[in-house]
Amino acid sequence: MSNNTTKKFINDHSTEQAKKEAILRKPQVVSQNQSVSVKTKIRVENLNFFYGNVKALNNINLGVAENSVTAIIGPSGCGKSTFIRVLNRMNELVPHTRVEGKVFLDGHNIFDPCCDVVEIRRKVGMVFQKPNPFAKSIYENIAYGLRVNGLKDPNVIEEKVIQSLEKAALLSEVKDRLHDSALRLSGGQQQRLCIARCLAVEPSVILFDEPCASLDPISTAKIEELILDLKKQYTIVIVTHNMQQAARVSDVTGFFLMGELIEFGPTEKIFTAPSDKRTEAYITGRFG
Amino acid sequence: MRKDITQKLGFAILTLCLLITLFFLGAIIFFIAIRGIPAISWEFLTQPPRRAMTEGGVAPAIVGTFYLTLGAIAFALPLGVASAIYLNEYSPRSFVVNIIRMSINNLAGVPSVVFGLFGLALFVKFFNFGVSILSGSLTLGILILPLIISASQEALMAVPQSHREASLALGATHWQTIKNIVLPEALPGILTGVILSIGRVAGETAPILFTAAAFYMRGFPRSLMSETMALPYHIYALMTEGTRPDKQTTIAYGCALILLVLVLCVSAIAIILRQKHRSSYVQ
Ligand SMILES: Nc1ncnc2c1ncn2[C@@H]1O[C@H](COP(=O)(O)OP(=O)(O)OP(=O)(O)O)[C@@H](O)[C@H]1O
Ligand SMILES: [Mg+2]
Repeated sequence: MSNNTTKKFINDHSTEQAKKEAILRKPQVVSQNQSVSVKTKIRVENLNFFYGNVKALNNINLGVAENSVTAIIGPSGCGKSTFIRVLNRMNELVPHTRVEGKVFLDGHNIFDPCCDVVEIRRKVGMVFQKPNPFAKSIYENIAYGLRVNGLKDPNVIEEKVIQSLEKAALLSEVKDRLHDSALRLSGGQQQRLCIARCLAVEPSVILFDEPCASLDPISTAKIEELILDLKKQYTIVIVTHNMQQAARVSDVTGFFLMGELIEFGPTEKIFTAPSDKRTEAYITGRFG
Repeated sequence: MRKDITQKLGFAILTLCLLITLFFLGAIIFFIAIRGIPAISWEFLTQPPRRAMTEGGVAPAIVGTFYLTLGAIAFALPLGVASAIYLNEYSPRSFVVNIIRMSINNLAGVPSVVFGLFGLALFVKFFNFGVSILSGSLTLGILILPLIISASQEALMAVPQSHREASLALGATHWQTIKNIVLPEALPGILTGVILSIGRVAGETAPILFTAAAFYMRGFPRSLMSETMALPYHIYALMTEGTRPDKQTTIAYGCALILLVLVLCVSAIAIILRQKHRSSYVQ
């Protein structure tokens, strides 16, 4: 990661007060981005999220650069899932929820009434914590996404299915049984199938919500490798409970605590010299 | 030690209950079969009744029950599944929807003769369909609607939310998700509802009493608008009217046996379909 790209995220305020100001301030960091010629893929402004009357996200501001990996860390229940599920408007499915603020994807506010939520979800893919393949064959799991997006030619579909499996590093393991039920795959394979399924519809952003939470170390290593590889083409936001994982795969890390973004900056810095003591306490394992 | 005895005792009581249930189940089948088999013959299955229903067959009643059942399912299945989809997938979980749900469940407990009167008023009289297969099918359809709706709703609820989310996250629309992901996964459960309702429809007498049933017909029903004989009503007629109770009773048991076998066959088909569906999807 070049210095240029990292600089824009630096949020270096040593005092509590300064940090608060930084959070409350509209992210001017973002406008600086353009000047260093890194495109901002996602910009979040004054984002609040409510489950009923409970505020789960409190005034979140941040920017995500194109083709970077952003890790979201924080203790259980701090709003990590809520946050990334706002980014593809998945949380709207939960009844009695409300969102305030703006999220810009390629410069367009995704909450704009004229924005097509289906199109947003296609552009912003998502891989869930628990592998959730459909009760269909391996092949159909991937072909489904292509079909719902209007692809009809079976040859093209087949080609794309194979490509996606290849990209998700699953092809060699399943090429002889593409038409078997996806539910017969191991957990790790299922998760890579879910990644393949997501890649097939060619999103530009991929959200991972603890993708390795239910996987063994070997599957985890494979998926981490994959994420590093995917970074070349996609913008990635990943929620993880695993500090080493965040350190290994991400360029930028955001630390959430009780619905607030406490610290957001280059991963290296967050893990070596966090500016907030709560961040430090969390990553050194003193609470969480 | 005491724990052990309690456990054994509990287990024994449960086993006993099961055995009693099995006994009655077996007794019904055995009893009906013993009494009914002597009546069964090729003629019985293929000919209309003769000599004031003391001889001949019951073919028009078999065919009539078949039509009525088919008609009721054809009417109630699409309507019921669509309502369940609406209630479960589209409507917000509000107070009003909960009231609607509760009403539907309560509808399932309404006595069937009430449905019969309702069918008479609405279909026979108001829509002027007359006493016909159409009126009878619609009445029976309404009778089983709550059954199909609640079975479908349960089946839809059993589809993991994560599958819906996965589909939507791929850029599928709500409807594509329902059609391609939710419904196929809910199908086995919906079929269970259909199986249960087939048994119910085929055996109901009261709802068709005023809306479809004919006491006696020489031939098969010709159209949706004609009256029809039906097995359950035929049994009722044989046991309550007529001049030769001895002969009629045998025929009635024959009808009961056919009804039993018919319902079992349809259920078997539905179960096979369900299993097949399940195995093609889940392992
Ligand atoms: N559907 C919901 N209805 C009401 N409250 C919810 C709902 N989902 C989450 N919450 C609440 O919102 C807060 C944030 O939850 P969220 O799932 O985003 O946490 P998280 O950081 O992802 O936690 P974890 O690491 O355990 O997955 C929690 O206090 C949680 O109780
Ligand atoms: Mg979570």
